[in-house]
Amino acid sequence: MSLSSTTLGLKEGELTLVQKLLGIRWFLLMLIAAAVGIGVIVLVSVGKGRFEPWADRQLLRFGVGVVALFAVALTDIRVWLRLAYPLYGLALALLVAVHLFGTVAMGAQRWLDLGPVNIQPSELMKIALVLALARYFHGLSYEDVGRPHYLIVPTLMAFAPAALVLKQPDLGTAMMLLLGAASIFFLAGVRFWKFALVIGGAVAALPIAWNVLHDYQKRRIHTFLDPESDPLGAGYHILQSKIALGSGGVFGKGFMQGTQSHLNFLPEKQTDFIFTMLAEEFGMMGGLALIGIYAAILIYGFAMALRVRHQFGRLVGLGVISTFFFYVFINMAMVMGVVPVVGVPLPFVSYGGSAMLTLMIGFGLLMNAYVHRDVPIPQHGGGTA
Amino acid sequence: MHREASRSAMFTRRAALLAGGQAALLSVLVGRMYYLQVVESDQYALLADENRIHYRLLAPQRGRILDRFGEELANSQQNLRALIVAEQAGDVARVLAALREIVPIGEHEERRILREVRRRRSFVPVPVIENLTWEQFSAVNVHSPNLPGIQPEIGETRGYPKGEAFSHLIGYVAAVAESDLTGEPLLELPGFKIGKNGVERLQDDELRGKAGNSRVEVNALGRVIRELARDDGQRGTDVVLTVDAKLQDYAAERVDGESASVVVMDVVTGDLLTMLSVPGYDPGAFTAGLSQRAWQDLVSNPLAPLVNKTIAGQYPPGSTFKMMVAMAALETGAISPEYRVSCNGMVELGSHEFYCWKRRPGHGSLKLVEAIEQSCDCYFYDVARKIGVDKIAEYSRRFGLGQSYRLGLPGERPGLIPTRDWKRATYGQPWHPGDNLNTGIGQGYVLSTPLQLAVMTARLASGRAVMPRLVKESGGRVAPVGEAPLLPIHAPNLKTVQDGMFRVVNGPAGTAKRAKLPEGLGLIAGKTGSSQVRRISKAERQSKVRKNEEKPWIERDHAWFVCYAPVEQPRYACAVLIEHGGSGSGAASPVARDVMIETLKRDPSRRQPGERLASDLVGRET
Repeated sequence: MSLSSTTLGLKEGELTLVQKLLGIRWFLLMLIAAAVGIGVIVLVSVGKGRFEPWADRQLLRFGVGVVALFAVALTDIRVWLRLAYPLYGLALALLVAVHLFGTVAMGAQRWLDLGPVNIQPSELMKIALVLALARYFHGLSYEDVGRPHYLIVPTLMAFAPAALVLKQPDLGTAMMLLLGAASIFFLAGVRFWKFALVIGGAVAALPIAWNVLHDYQKRRIHTFLDPESDPLGAGYHILQSKIALGSGGVFGKGFMQGTQSHLNFLPEKQTDFIFTMLAEEFGMMGGLALIGIYAAILIYGFAMALRVRHQFGRLVGLGVISTFFFYVFINMAMVMGVVPVVGVPLPFVSYGGSAMLTLMIGFGLLMNAYVHRDVPIPQHGGGTA
Repeated sequence: MHREASRSAMFTRRAALLAGGQAALLSVLVGRMYYLQVVESDQYALLADENRIHYRLLAPQRGRILDRFGEELANSQQNLRALIVAEQAGDVARVLAALREIVPIGEHEERRILREVRRRRSFVPVPVIENLTWEQFSAVNVHSPNLPGIQPEIGETRGYPKGEAFSHLIGYVAAVAESDLTGEPLLELPGFKIGKNGVERLQDDELRGKAGNSRVEVNALGRVIRELARDDGQRGTDVVLTVDAKLQDYAAERVDGESASVVVMDVVTGDLLTMLSVPGYDPGAFTAGLSQRAWQDLVSNPLAPLVNKTIAGQYPPGSTFKMMVAMAALETGAISPEYRVSCNGMVELGSHEFYCWKRRPGHGSLKLVEAIEQSCDCYFYDVARKIGVDKIAEYSRRFGLGQSYRLGLPGERPGLIPTRDWKRATYGQPWHPGDNLNTGIGQGYVLSTPLQLAVMTARLASGRAVMPRLVKESGGRVAPVGEAPLLPIHAPNLKTVQDGMFRVVNGPAGTAKRAKLPEGLGLIAGKTGSSQVRRISKAERQSKVRKNEEKPWIERDHAWFVCYAPVEQPRYACAVLIEHGGSGSGAASPVARDVMIETLKRDPSRRQPGERLASDLVGRET
């Protein structure tokens, strides 16, 4: 606080643009760009050595994402605090709307067609839920978190959108929402036994949940438990992915030499199974390189979040980092046959615009929290300061 | 601020725990990668190759079947055809309808295709149409985008340039039946054909060759991306037969319209120069697949076109058997060549009467050579009664009757030479004296095939135990020819029987004087035979003996003629059977003579340069 904000005609605690830009962590951006770069290499291979139609569009989206990241990062953090609940409300309303007016694609109702733009409300919800929960827990004292009745509202805030997304049906996103929410609950200091209670309750509710699941979801879980039972049917994806990974070996088959991917044995190779293709063509070395970049992003993100001096920023920052981690883990675990096949893309690498934008906005919020790490935010009435 | 500090401390603790948890989960992924990509890598590499590399069998080209001079009896021609893969076609019937716009597909064919598509696994190509013209083939190729699952292919088809006259001998190839499957992968190839009859079946292993294979890379849909390696396999070897195609063609033309069999054999080597059975069938029709109707026509035809009469037709040898009776009688010493029997047209045995073919007034007093010359039945009734059936059987076997030569052709039958034991075992009845008499003139239980009578004649001509030989060269090896061992008989006795056969053609009272050869070709010896098809009742006999020409065709006698030439130094034996031909001398001996003339003229050792023979012209006009 060396500069007096009032002298610059700014509101109390507001930073100048120069201060904000000085707060930007460029190294994090470079790590993200490295991950995108690896993705582009694989997408060029998918395009048989050409940038179109995959790699060029992915780069364009990354460019849009960078702009979004800066726009989010440079906005005053209190704006986001104030917008947290309205954004959550909007996202929830859109999720309901998608049920009523949504477009069916690939057997699931995920898209809302608003004239020129298609919106996937579940992506917006990933951000909005983190913001809303962070704001909620920001307003609770250490002691309040220990009181069960204060947890009823945030629990509902997490389960309501998750239930709507599950009905679309999109098991992957529902899981992402719940796991992201759980991370924030955990960081906010909710006691371990309460998690145990919720998990115990969930296990008890499993038989009911099983009946709610769609057939294809049941089949996927079944296939996951015994993939070889149906090698040409639902188990095909897992089996072919494992074959591609395993046959890649330590050093891989070489750029554009992946037989499993290029001969189309591998499904969805430019989206959900892109890690498999990377590991087939560049082997364990290629896979480890990407995991290394992800690990660096995670470590860097943790370090940034821990330097934030207000609860809202910390929770937003690590909420984003945790969501990012679950993207990475669930996708990789899926292609390696560790968890069932769910539609979760690999962050910054999988071809696709929605996830890229969501992640870049998310990392924009992390950056925002870091930039505004020393901005004082009162525990109560943050929205009206 | 204290509160904020404790909240901050809690956050830091929890963040550390979260980071630890995430690190642990990431290590699980790294461990999993290590397991898949290092520990299990070899196994997955193998699976990846199994995914992408397919072995495709390549059918070897089938070897040709050639006659002794290299003329093609069966060959392999290019076959432009179209296959269908049900899996890729989707709606097979719709694709066939689209294909019918370009090439004709009969209703019968369509049913066959649909049936086969149902029977086979969905990715196995099923032949749709064969032998397309280049125009049709290119049209199918051009329209292939509208014909999903249709694969145009250049295959191979079996051709039989000689057609029906060789159908029994050569046989045919046809699609592999379920019962033919041995686990040999070649047999599962779509449209692969194997020998089903005749030499095609006998020499199938040599003709078939060795399958090649092609290693191709395929994508997930099974489409071939590129060929990685190729082994063309080994084409089947040609099989050379002992048969003279032109001679057999000539014989076929000579007996055209009859139900007949002609066998010509080299009495020194045993080479079968002709092995004809008529009528035949179109072997190509079997290869392409026969319609139910065409099959019915073949089966119900009274001339039995499906039976190879040469080896599968068993007939009473009739009077041609008298040489065997004579040999047995001379060899056992039961009679001398000068032994005389007086024929008055009939022999009585108990209440039965046995007639000579020349009933009134009979032949009078005859010695053996005269009895053969005139084919006197009474003489042989007498001799047969004297020596008994078992001796006749013993000597008949020495001359090759009553046994299979194991040529390997499907359907070869052993004929029948009865003995006392045989009758007891078969009918549970004792041998009657009357049975001896019937056996003495080659009737009763005695049965032989035309091939057997040709072998018998060859052995009578050479005095050696000649065996018939059909395959001259197979699998690149020439079948060995050795001089057959001498028969364990006395030369003077053989000379006597040969003398009798000589007089059949050349004697003053011979039964086949019309079989004489023209000047310059030497002398021929032979024997007629007319074998009764049905027993003649006493009532018929007493009312009137009908002439053959007056009987319905099916009741007429089978006509036989066996002969060899040249008499001075026998080289060729010939046996001719005309089913229901009437008499041996009338129906069979002229055919045998003409065939023998052609055989002698075609003998390379005596053939004049530039000489044009009747058999050279056969088939040219037609």
